[in-house]
Amino acid sequence: MSPQLAIMLALVVPLVGAALIAITGRLHDNLRETVTLITATLLAVIVWSLVPLILDGERPEVTLLQVMPGIDIGFRVEPLGMLFATLASSLWIINSIYSIGYMRGNKEKNQTRFYICFALAITATMGLAFSANLFTLFLFYELLTLSTYPLVAHKGDAGTVKSARVYLGVLLSTSIALLLTAIIWTYHVAGSGDFVLGGILRGLMDPASVGLLLALFVFGVGKAAIMPVHRWLPAAMVAPTPVSALLHAVAVVKAGVFTITKVIVYIFGADYLFSLPQSGWLVYLAAFTIISASLVALRQTNLKRLLAYSTIAQLSYVIMAAAILKPMAEIGAAVHMVAHAFGKITLFFAAGAIYVAAKKTDIAQLRGIGRRMPWTMAAFSIGALSMIGVPPTAGFVSKWYILGGALQAGHYVAIFTIIASTVLNAAYFLPIVYMAWFEKEDTSINTNTSVIKEHGEAPLLMVLALTITAALTIGFFFFNGTVIELEKQIVPRLDSS
Amino acid sequence: MDFAQHLPALQVIVPLLAAPLIVLLQPRGFAWAATTATAFFSFAVSIAIAVRILAGDILRYEMGGWFAPIGIELRVDAFSAIVLLIISGAAAISLIAARNSINQQIEDHRQPLFFAAWLLAIAGLVGMVVTADAFNIFVFMEISSLAGYILIAGGPDRRTLPAVFKYLIIGTIGATFYLIGVGMIYMMTGTLNLEDMAQRVVGIEDQRPILVAAAFVFIGLALKAALFPLHVWLPNAYTHAPHMVTVFLAACGTKVAVYVLLRFQFSIFQSFGEHLLQFALFLMPLALLGIIVASLVAMFEGHLKRMLAFSSVAQIGYILMGASLMSDSGITASTLHMFNHALTKGALFLAVAKFATQYADLRIDSLKSAARSMPLTSFAFVIAGLSLIGVPGTAGFISKWQLIMAIMETGNMGFIMVAIVVISSLIAVGYIWRVIETLYAIPTDDLPDDAADVSVKPEKIDMLLIALIFTVAMNIYFGLVPGLPLTLAELSSKILLKVEF
Repeated sequence: MSPQLAIMLALVVPLVGAALIAITGRLHDNLRETVTLITATLLAVIVWSLVPLILDGERPEVTLLQVMPGIDIGFRVEPLGMLFATLASSLWIINSIYSIGYMRGNKEKNQTRFYICFALAITATMGLAFSANLFTLFLFYELLTLSTYPLVAHKGDAGTVKSARVYLGVLLSTSIALLLTAIIWTYHVAGSGDFVLGGILRGLMDPASVGLLLALFVFGVGKAAIMPVHRWLPAAMVAPTPVSALLHAVAVVKAGVFTITKVIVYIFGADYLFSLPQSGWLVYLAAFTIISASLVALRQTNLKRLLAYSTIAQLSYVIMAAAILKPMAEIGAAVHMVAHAFGKITLFFAAGAIYVAAKKTDIAQLRGIGRRMPWTMAAFSIGALSMIGVPPTAGFVSKWYILGGALQAGHYVAIFTIIASTVLNAAYFLPIVYMAWFEKEDTSINTNTSVIKEHGEAPLLMVLALTITAALTIGFFFFNGTVIELEKQIVPRLDSS
Repeated sequence: MDFAQHLPALQVIVPLLAAPLIVLLQPRGFAWAATTATAFFSFAVSIAIAVRILAGDILRYEMGGWFAPIGIELRVDAFSAIVLLIISGAAAISLIAARNSINQQIEDHRQPLFFAAWLLAIAGLVGMVVTADAFNIFVFMEISSLAGYILIAGGPDRRTLPAVFKYLIIGTIGATFYLIGVGMIYMMTGTLNLEDMAQRVVGIEDQRPILVAAAFVFIGLALKAALFPLHVWLPNAYTHAPHMVTVFLAACGTKVAVYVLLRFQFSIFQSFGEHLLQFALFLMPLALLGIIVASLVAMFEGHLKRMLAFSSVAQIGYILMGASLMSDSGITASTLHMFNHALTKGALFLAVAKFATQYADLRIDSLKSAARSMPLTSFAFVIAGLSLIGVPGTAGFISKWQLIMAIMETGNMGFIMVAIVVISSLIAVGYIWRVIETLYAIPTDDLPDDAADVSVKPEKIDMLLIALIFTVAMNIYFGLVPGLPLTLAELSSKILLKVEF
């Protein structure tokens, strides 16, 4: 299989999968689920087949069509996109396994539409990850927003539609108003929007404009949920839990921070930005988001909302790391995308498993639940430790690199933020873990029934999925060499610094 | 004489001559079939013309063998060709889709007359585009307007009558202004041939009458084009016209006036003193105001057709704003948007017509949960709506990209304009999403299930639906492969900017 073919297949396979799901959805549920799983596996195989090439320094490209002179829909695989695509396609398999357990266990309606939109969202993610220029990236960025909207609005009642409106409203308006402007501006100034290592804007704009353009990009990419464009993320908590996992770990927010990192590395060029004082504000903004989102998370009583605010904080880790603009920090940004994905997907899987098994959504209800759902809560604890950054979990690896980058740059605000947020993370995650394992079950606060619902673990498929992701969270601590190898390639001058 | 040379004449003559014949076709369905066939022939002619233009030709035709400027000349270049494509394409698609909707809205015995009027409207509109004679434009303008009044008044809704009356008055004022302007130019130059006029106008010593004439022509055509704030006739006319007529008029009606407007301002008055600068300075604020105000009105409009009509007013603002930049890229964006907006608004109004086959009331609230019974129509509306917003992958995005790119070329001042374009896109998100949410809302349970079932018939797959899906597919096609309209638009802009008439 030539790499060009693999790139095209990575886009076509989930698309065909979506069509097949639509057809088989009318026939039989099991058949439809089989199609989903086969598609996901096939996609992962295709995407993984590209990894060795990229490690060897190859950059396969395909140009699909020329839309306007100088503006192509094209794909080019580079380390960041490779990492993102591998991550998303691999997690899609696990997420599908989990979805099947969740959707069936919860007896959700419109399951076919759910799986179709999921496959479309993955198509968009692949296109976004492999995009060779800003135009292509924007195309798939919007496709991702639109294909996830029906997922967020899945339940369809008035409250859900209202929250979904916030989701769509924020993401669509920021992208149309700011991101599109930034992209057209880039094309106008540089004559192209191709992703080139080292950037394409050097010397073409005055420094103040560079700062403004950076702001347009950062706030335009609403998916990265930097404050104040973060409101859609808590709002999207109305979605079914597998969708939350898709939003938080697999695709959507990752697409946001991926876009920002990619723009910093390949459009501006990290070195160039570092030489301009006008770009310094980004670290402070990200630091502010980290601290304030963590403080808000501290006050949440609903488990999924707490996780949402934790995601906002974690995303800004990636942005802050990218904005430190030092080689180690850039690697840290990429690694943190992976580390956070593993940890957060585990946490959401656990939250969904608790909901399906016990219909519990509030943190206060979780007392003693560890004895009823030991696998789930064990996984939850591992995810929580990874968020805090305790070894031996994935979170430690990325924090190491980000901290390293901050020290390289001598950026004390960044260093302080990392330390403070670690404390805050511990402050909101550890009580939950403690409650779940060491406190007695509380009978007085059950929302749905006055008697304690007797329940054990969630459906087997869900437990299987969350066990795998928990294992990945720990496994990444020991086996991260490939990822680091890969991402070293985005900072060619690592040795000199 | 090569057959292809007759194309510009055929473009006008065929619908013009077919119109009286249609009146004779009384049996049900015949008039429609004959009209549709004529429209498709017209469309084929337009495509043939476009092919010739893309090959680098400019088609000229001397009526009756009298050479210009003595005789009347027909003249088709890239700018005319793209507008011809819009008109005849809109006519062909709206007519082939029209059968059921028209049967529903127009009594059988009036149909032949109605379709004859439709052909006259087509003939008038294409006539304005192919002719190179200023007075001829007026004649065709009157033909198309009078036929247009009949078409709009044809619907069963009695509210069309005041709407048409308003349109008639304003339209007549517009045409009169235009005629006064042309008369003054004729007085000063002694010619009605546009090309000749452009050459003679340069040497005139006393500029004042020409400037006044330019103002008259501008106002007259701006009325016809529904440039804000001269748009008041448009919302009611679109709202109460028969649904298929709205499709046709929304796609091409005002754009022909824009065509003539740009033709005059650029080709004839371009090298005339400071005129073009004045024109741009006058036009730009109106276009910007129109974009914002009309979008806001659309946001708060409860009737689906009227909402889309106000959105059209805003879109005309986009088209004229591009032109008011007076740059190559600006006029390209403007011309391209004429084409793309015709596709988008055509698709949206086709969807409205399809909704109207099942919902008598077209207020947005009464379309609640329509997606249940009409999934294809609703989905088509979503895609067309996304094109109106300008989401990438749709035709609307390409024109927005071109427009913003053109604005950025103007330098720092452009940021206000970019902001306005962006804000109005956001407002478009608002008003389109309001409809989409309503279409896909879960039905409230205050009605018993069987009662809901009686009122909701399943969606019928007819020509209207097929035409709708085709148009929506074209929106996506030209969003990914905009080569054809883009090339024509670029050629148009070159033609308008160089006085090469």
